[in-house]
Amino acid sequence: MSQTRRIRLTVNGIPRELDAAPQHTLLDLLRDTLGLTGTKACCLVGECGACTVRLDGRIVDSCLVLAVEADGAEVTTIEGLAAGGRLTRLQREFLAHGAVQCGYCSPGQVMAASELLRAHPHPTVAQIREGLAGNLCRCGCYAQITEAVLATSGEDDQ
Amino acid sequence: MHDLAYERPETLAGALALLQARGRHAQPLAGGTDLIIGLRHGTLDPDTIVDTKHIPELRPAITDSGGLLSISANTVLADIAADRRVQEHFPALAQAAATVGAVQIRNRATLAGNICNASPAADTAPPLLVYEAEVVAIGRDGMRRIPINDFFAGPGQTALARGELVLAVDLPVPTGPTGSAFGRLTRRRGADLATVSVCACVTGSGVTRLGFGAVGPRPLLVTDDSGLLADPAADPAARAGLLARLATAASPVSDVRASRDYRMRMLLVLSQRVLSAAITRRGEE
Repeated sequence: MSQTRRIRLTVNGIPRELDAAPQHTLLDLLRDTLGLTGTKACCLVGECGACTVRLDGRIVDSCLVLAVEADGAEVTTIEGLAAGGRLTRLQREFLAHGAVQCGYCSPGQVMAASELLRAHPHPTVAQIREGLAGNLCRCGCYAQITEAVLATSGEDDQ
Repeated sequence: MHDLAYERPETLAGALALLQARGRHAQPLAGGTDLIIGLRHGTLDPDTIVDTKHIPELRPAITDSGGLLSISANTVLADIAADRRVQEHFPALAQAAATVGAVQIRNRATLAGNICNASPAADTAPPLLVYEAEVVAIGRDGMRRIPINDFFAGPGQTALARGELVLAVDLPVPTGPTGSAFGRLTRRRGADLATVSVCACVTGSGVTRLGFGAVGPRPLLVTDDSGLLADPAADPAARAGLLARLATAASPVSDVRASRDYRMRMLLVLSQRVLSAAITRRGEE
């Protein structure tokens, strides 16, 4: 058995102290240890983006980060976006534009789009495509997702 | 993934000692975007992971000194693509770094990781080849500089000795007018690897260097010193002939992405395109 390692990290603003096995990913830690199942497991090779979370201010595929690497880090998951249970503007636009069909990719899409809007508050369609290139939607809701991001563009409460 | 030990040395000496002690069972970890896939698929089988991200000498930094731009080992591709000095002096590297994976990958994957993984399709390899980069490596016996063209040995194989770590990649800043460009053919941007990639660099004195990716067991560098490729006014048939001769260095395989024949043909098309773009950029300087 691998020796577990005691790690400290902040998840959605809450400081946590946990034991992590070296072979476990941040995705495993979030879903299995912390029960934050909004972050989805899908391709597990960094192609689909379903496991996208924000790690120290940057989005990453949590399937490609070891849990022990997140020691000392600040992590935001989809559960951390809707402060006080109120959806963000981006999340409301996803609903309004029907950008969700089966919904499996949606948490990752929203995390990536949220990052995109932080970097580019008024993104062009090309910037949206580039910013969301790492998030696959097998239902093919790309047009609606793009519309939802465009509708959020420039709003104060993204 | 199977059981393994995770070590996080805080010093370079500590890391080198660990790598020495564990030998082939130790695997350095930078961004992890290739390593963790390898662990999951069982293509990599270390018993110890040595996380290099807490070693001060390897921390992300792009520094400019004495005509060299030095990119430290753990600098992530997103930061390379966004760096103003890289964009100005090495635009094809900025282009290539912005091409790797998607945002989530570029926020994590490092330049040293991209070259140490030594995929024949590594996107940053063709630019590093045409810019004549040097890899700064350190091991128990000290530091050495490895010309990038000597660094790639084969698929997944580099010139690094066991226990050696990449400290930085150094790029000589061009002194005269230079134009460079990168192009990549891929099935799906954001997820797939290169089917074929090409980087071109043309100098004011008429030297053309071409870097080819995904068309052989390692990324390839070919050079034209005759001035023909760098001269857009030269006879097109002669230029196409020379390009075709240089492309014979390529030995692509047929795989899931494309056939050998398609790769050979696209190598010529892509080379023409990036060469034109590089010549145009040289003219704008």
